[in-house]
Parts: sequence; structure tokens; C-alpha cells
Amino acid sequence: MMMAGSNVKKAEKISDKKIKRQKLSKHQKRTRWGSAAFLIPSVAGCALFFFVPYLVVIYYSVLDNPIGKHFVGFDNYISVVSNSAFRRAVTNTGLFSAVAVPLAVLLSLLLALLLDNKIPFRTQFRSFLLSPMMVPVASIVLIWQVLFDQNGAFNVFIRHFGFAGNIDWMKSNYGIVVVVFLFLWKNIGYNMILFMAALSSVPQDIIEVARLESAGRVKIFFMIKLRYLVSTIVFVTIMSLINSFKIFREIYLLTNDYPFESVYMLQHFMNNKFKNLDYQMLSAAAVIMSIVMVILIVLLFKAEEHFSKDLDG
Amino acid sequence: MENKKLDDNLIKDSKRFAVRPEGHGRRKKIIRAICVSIATVLTAAISLLFMMPIILTITNSFMSPTEFAANYGAIFATTKSGGRQFVSELVNLKFIPDMVSFSQYATVLLKSKDYLLKFWNSMILVLPIMIFQLMVAAFAGYGFYRYKGKIRGVIFFAYIILMLMPYQVTLVPNYLVSNWLGLLDSYWAIWLPGIFSPFSVYLITKYMNRIPISCIEAAQIDGAGEFKIFTKIALPMSKGIIMSTGILVFIDYWNMVEQPLILLSDPERYPLSVYLSKINAGEVTLAFAVATIYLIPTLLVFLYGEEYLVEGITYQGGVKA
Repeated sequence: MMMAGSNVKKAEKISDKKIKRQKLSKHQKRTRWGSAAFLIPSVAGCALFFFVPYLVVIYYSVLDNPIGKHFVGFDNYISVVSNSAFRRAVTNTGLFSAVAVPLAVLLSLLLALLLDNKIPFRTQFRSFLLSPMMVPVASIVLIWQVLFDQNGAFNVFIRHFGFAGNIDWMKSNYGIVVVVFLFLWKNIGYNMILFMAALSSVPQDIIEVARLESAGRVKIFFMIKLRYLVSTIVFVTIMSLINSFKIFREIYLLTNDYPFESVYMLQHFMNNKFKNLDYQMLSAAAVIMSIVMVILIVLLFKAEEHFSKDLDG
Repeated sequence: MENKKLDDNLIKDSKRFAVRPEGHGRRKKIIRAICVSIATVLTAAISLLFMMPIILTITNSFMSPTEFAANYGAIFATTKSGGRQFVSELVNLKFIPDMVSFSQYATVLLKSKDYLLKFWNSMILVLPIMIFQLMVAAFAGYGFYRYKGKIRGVIFFAYIILMLMPYQVTLVPNYLVSNWLGLLDSYWAIWLPGIFSPFSVYLITKYMNRIPISCIEAAQIDGAGEFKIFTKIALPMSKGIIMSTGILVFIDYWNMVEQPLILLSDPERYPLSVYLSKINAGEVTLAFAVATIYLIPTLLVFLYGEEYLVEGITYQGGVKA
């Protein structure tokens, strides 16, 4: 992609392109513009609703306030980074994503492997595991309240095993654990079908050969299947990352604007800054967040490139 | 080919007969059977755990208000003065109501029209977003597939980053534009950014990139223009991914929370997702029935499209396009 390798490669590419450009016939040129036209609605819409206003956000992040418009350099960034609520939010969100996303990838891969055995009722199980996806957010919130309230079902349940069971889970330090469970419950099913699809597209003849060479199931998985799963793993990671931010909906509906410390997320911080009309702080936080995401994605793509380079298809 | 197979079988046979004592094959079979049954039981247990909330929502929607209060009063019951009224000390999680009652549904459907109105709001909000987002994305996906210009990589990378951002990052841009265009407090403020959301562009592009270029070239030789190639070849070939993306988009916007809270000031226009979660204590006995009604469209979409969901992604390979 855009992250080119060595300079030599780059130079080669450029000269290649030059040759191509010279050879471009009138017809090809028309095709190029014709195909670019298909991009126009989407690119124009994204530019209008996201990219251009995002430039304004960057502009806001270096002003003292949107009305006075005094340039203050990195002051907003410094005050955001030194803000204790922001730090708490970043820690919580970072910790949550760092735990929940790999768990979601790993567990769904294990489930896919489990279903990959020729067990009966495979399609039914698949639908069952996929079903949390369609439960509306409001009923999730209702049920999670019933389960994890101080007087909730989970406490009643653990009392049978001799625990005190009088914690109000969402308002305790374990709140984040409850959220991780909620996240896994909701997303594992979809990740699992992505992995199942990928597993079924691993070339069977290679596995057959490995089996003849008396490779065990574990060895086959790590040496062969995993290589073919690399791009799916990256894809599932991206989807899980998106969804890890979307879990804020449930947290928000369960806890409102100012939740217990352990579930105070970056989105809470930004939401509250928005409500307090503190745009410059919010903008600085948004820019920081975007930079972190860009770095993360570049690393992810680099990793994919590295692990799947000698694989075709 | 035949010979190779024969050879393989020979090797297998020779191994079985020469190296291993008799009865080993049977033992292996038994171990395999045990493994499969453990896997089945495990999967069944996990499935049950996963299904629990949905079962609970549906069965509890047939609970009469008194039974509801008796079982869940500990959490939801609030007296009018604001204090908690402890009907029972603890929650009693109940999967099957003592007596099946349709009173919740009767109230929701006949007496308090508010819920149906909010349901309608949800529909009006979601359907245009889903339909037009798919349309814009199908065009864009084809564009990304065919357009090989210099800035393609940059644009697509920007789309991926934008797609990954939590709503709160795009919140200020969103609010600013809605304000400039005077869309605040109208559904347009939610519709338009939704329609141009890059999520489905990403999915559809990834899929369209797998269409063999030879198909396109063949059509070009037959004199088909870009638009014709798009409608006659690319679109039919990507039907699966478009459908499955549609399901994901529908579920996502059906559950929207932040957008209405920020962009709409009139609670009358809120979709059910927001309204239901802010349900007041007096009406909480209706909550499960409303949630069940709210579940129906997703359920239908899901039942109709599950196959697409499963097969639509089958050919998805790399992330990069």
C-alpha cells in the first residue's frame, strides 16, 4: 500500500508508473476518469461531513476558545494531557481495548476451531452464538441491570457458593470486567463466523500433505492454518476495535454521564466536554486519539505484511 | 491423479497394518468420538449462555405486572416519592412466568401509543441510512476497485481511520456541519453523516477487489461502459457482501444512542433505542414487551439474511485493498 518498503523499490515503482503513463491510451484515460466518477458521491460526502470539519477541529485545538480565536499553540494539548479525568479515561479505555480486543479475537478463533470439528447441529450452534448481535441495546441494558445490580441475579447466584454477593457490580472496581464480558458476549459470534469462513478456505491439499507427513493437529494449525488466517486475524482485530468503542453505548445507558471510576471511558470524557461546550479541549483530545489510531493501524498493517508476505492469495 | 490417490491409500494401509497393532484404529475412533462429544457439550453450554438474555427478554415479556414487580422489584420498583420500594429483597431471575399474560403487549400496543411512535421514529431513521449508505458504498467500492490513481491509497487509508474512530471524535465535526447547514434538530443531521459513513465502503471495496479483472476486460471488449460493467457485473457479483453489510448497518443504526441525544433536542423524536433505555420506573413493567417488539425487525433481518452474513464474508481475504 502506501507504506512503501525500500527506496529502491520506490524508485522502481515510480519509473514503472512513468512508463505506464506514457503508454496510457485515450481509452484507458477515459476509463480512469470514468472509474473515479464512482468515487465522487462517497468522497464528496465524507469530505463535507467528516474531513473538512475535521480540519476545523484541528484548528480549534490550537485556539483558546472558538469565539475569541487566540492562537495558543499546544496549550490545549498540554492541559488535556495533564487533566486527571482525561488520564483516567485514557487508562480505562486503553486497558479495556488492550484486554477485550485480543480476548475477542482469541476466543472466537477457539470457538471457530471447536465448530470446525464435525460436531452435530453445527449451523444451529452458529446461529445461537451469532444471536447476541441482534439483541437491541436497550434490552441488553435491562438484562445487565437484572444480572449485575446489587440485588441482582448474579449476586444471588454466587451466594449459593458462600460469597458475600452484595457488590453493585457496575459501581465497583469490577465494573470494567462486567463490560468486558458484555463485549465478548456481543461480538464473539460475528468474529467466529469470520474465522470459520477463513478456516474453510485454507487449501485442503496442503493439509492433506502435512497429514501424510504425519504432522499432528496442533502442528498443522500453527504451521499451516495460522499462516492463512493472518489477514482474517487483522480484519477481525479491526472489527473488534470498532466494536470496542461502540460498547460505550451500553456503558452509557447503564451508568449515564458520570459513572464509577473504573468504567469512565474516553467517550465519557469527550461527551462531557461537549456538553460543557469545552470544544478546544475536546478537539485536542480528538486529535490525540486520531494520531494514536493512525499509529495503531499502520503497525497492524505492517504486522500483516510481515506475517503473510510469502503467501499467495 | 488416480495413481496418486491409490499410492496414498497404499501408504495409509501399509502403515495401519505394518506398524500398529490391531485394535489401535478402534481406540483412535473412540478417542475421536469422545473429543467430538466434549466439543458438542461445550458448544451447547456456551450457546445456552449466549442465548440466555434473548430468551429472558422474550419469556419475561409475557409476565404480568404484579409478577414482574415480585421478581424484579428489587431493582426497578421506585415509589412516586422517589424512594425505593422493596417488593422483594432480591431479584428472582425467572425464565418461565407463572402465568402467561399478554397485559404488557396490550398496554404497549393499545394504551400507550408512545412506544409505537418511537418504534416508527426508529424505522424512519434507520431505513434511509441503510439504503443510501449501501448505494453510495456500492458505487464507491467499484470506484476503489477500478480507479488506480495516485491518491487512491491515501483516500482509502483515511476511510479506514475514519471508520475506526469512536463517534465522539466525529462528534464535533458532525455538530459543526449540521450547524452550518442548519440541520440541527432534524433527522437530516443523523441521516446525512450516516449515509456517508465509510464502514460499508470498506467492506464492499474489500470484496469487490476480488472480482477477477478478466471479467471486466471481457465486458470492455464487448463494448460495455463503466456504468454497464458496474450494474451488470460488479453489482450482481457482490450481492452477498452488500446484503451482509446491510444487516450490519441496520443493526448498528437500529441501536444508535449518541446521535439522537446530541443532535435532537425534542425527546418526542427520539428513536426507541434511546427512549426505551430511559424508561421510567412506572412503566418498567412494560420494558420486556417493548424490547421484544423492538427485537422483531432485527430478528427478521437476521433470519432473512443470516446466510448472506455467513457466505458474504467467505471470500474476504486481506484487509488492505
